[in-house]
Amino acid sequence: MTNTQTQRPTPNAKLIIRNLNFYYGKFRALHGINLEIPDKGVTAFIGPSGCGKSTLLRTMNRMFELYPDQRAEGEILLDQENLLTSKQDVALIRARIGMVFQMPTPFPMSIFDNIAFGVKLFENLSRIEMEERVEWALKKAALWEEVKDKLTQSGASLSGGQQQRLCIARVIAIKPELLLLDEPCSALDPISTARIEELIAELKKDYTVVIVTHNMQQAARVSDYTAYMYLGNLVEFGATEQIFFKPAKRETEDYITGRFG
Amino acid sequence: MTEKHLSSQFDSDLNEVSTKVMEMGGLIESQIRAAMASLSSYSIELADQVIKNEPGVDDFEINIDHLLISVIARRQPAARDLRLLLAISKITANLERVGDEAKKIAKRAKSLIESGKAREMPIGDLRLATELATKLIHQALDALARLDIESALTILKDDDEIDREFKGFTRMLITYMMEDPRTISGSLDLLFVAKAIERIGDHAKNIAECIIYIVKGEDVRHSSLETIESIIK
Repeated sequence: MTNTQTQRPTPNAKLIIRNLNFYYGKFRALHGINLEIPDKGVTAFIGPSGCGKSTLLRTMNRMFELYPDQRAEGEILLDQENLLTSKQDVALIRARIGMVFQMPTPFPMSIFDNIAFGVKLFENLSRIEMEERVEWALKKAALWEEVKDKLTQSGASLSGGQQQRLCIARVIAIKPELLLLDEPCSALDPISTARIEELIAELKKDYTVVIVTHNMQQAARVSDYTAYMYLGNLVEFGATEQIFFKPAKRETEDYITGRFG
Repeated sequence: MTEKHLSSQFDSDLNEVSTKVMEMGGLIESQIRAAMASLSSYSIELADQVIKNEPGVDDFEINIDHLLISVIARRQPAARDLRLLLAISKITANLERVGDEAKKIAKRAKSLIESGKAREMPIGDLRLATELATKLIHQALDALARLDIESALTILKDDDEIDREFKGFTRMLITYMMEDPRTISGSLDLLFVAKAIERIGDHAKNIAECIIYIVKGEDVRHSSLETIESIIK
């Protein structure tokens, strides 16, 4: 398990991670991760609980800084700029790199405002422009047809699957460059899951998507590239088809085929 | 066949598939031997027995396919497991065809014996090819059980020898027929027998390719021996 070389399945990288270490206090959760996230595609992180996949995701938009005692070393380059040492406003970084969590987190406000709220922080739109933006985001998130007649209702009145799509619409509305999905379907039923997966396939035309999932079949279904992580190390990274059909490393094979343990 | 999964039920499903394939292979081997014995010992009884047993081979193929579909649907296998199940489906299809060839041999044997021409024909000259084909099928099943790619490679090499034997035997039959046209119907029967033996060798070769596919994940069909050797090394 060496991470000394950057694992790179494709030349055009959106995000370049170099020698990334991460610490929860004294505990080292990531060990020298080198990885290039390909542009305009879906990259999935898989691995057993505690392998560091969510931690890695949370470093990409500096979400970890919300907690004391957590720190990252190394480089995460977005357009040649190291996000970890960037002087940019963290809120701006998080606008460029949007994130959706495991549990849907609609704001306690109307469906319309759920989406308009974030947009207002970064852009000064006229009422009509804002209406267009909300409609556009809801259409992108494949939610528009279901909510167009009840935009003033509370976001919490929607079903779990709809709430999750609302959260995705909220992120898209700000037009991020990268979309981080942290187990976006683990609280959803199969039909809502299928909708989200459809949506991911649609979104990757315009966005770079990174998804963390416990569901290996989901990684196989939705992603173009898959990274297998174990104990804070990146074990193998490659095209999803290769990882699921002919992994190069024995550790990956054992995990994929359920021989892990 | 491989070490254990977290799910012991998955292991027992795979074991059931493997056991069934081996049972099918056992039946196939005895069918080939009985078919050839019917010819060399002029036994209509043995030939009839082969023909009667043939549907049993078909049942094996259908049952194994059913098992495979069930495992794939319930387990969503990946990597080596997926390759194994896909390959087994192809292997059983090849074994079923071997069963068909054994039946063809039995039918031709019957026709030769009933016409009274069997004793005048050069049946003994098929012995080498027959032994080779029987050996290759046995070796293929053995290599499958142990996922032995070195052994699979020797099968690919040995199949060429059967092909050479077949060509030589065909030339000899042509000479027979030219010398004495009364041997034509008997010669044609034997030609079909020889062709069936040659096909059995081809199926053994296909099975060997499947074994390399399971272990190495490389599709080596239609590849040269040198390419395959370099993959195995």
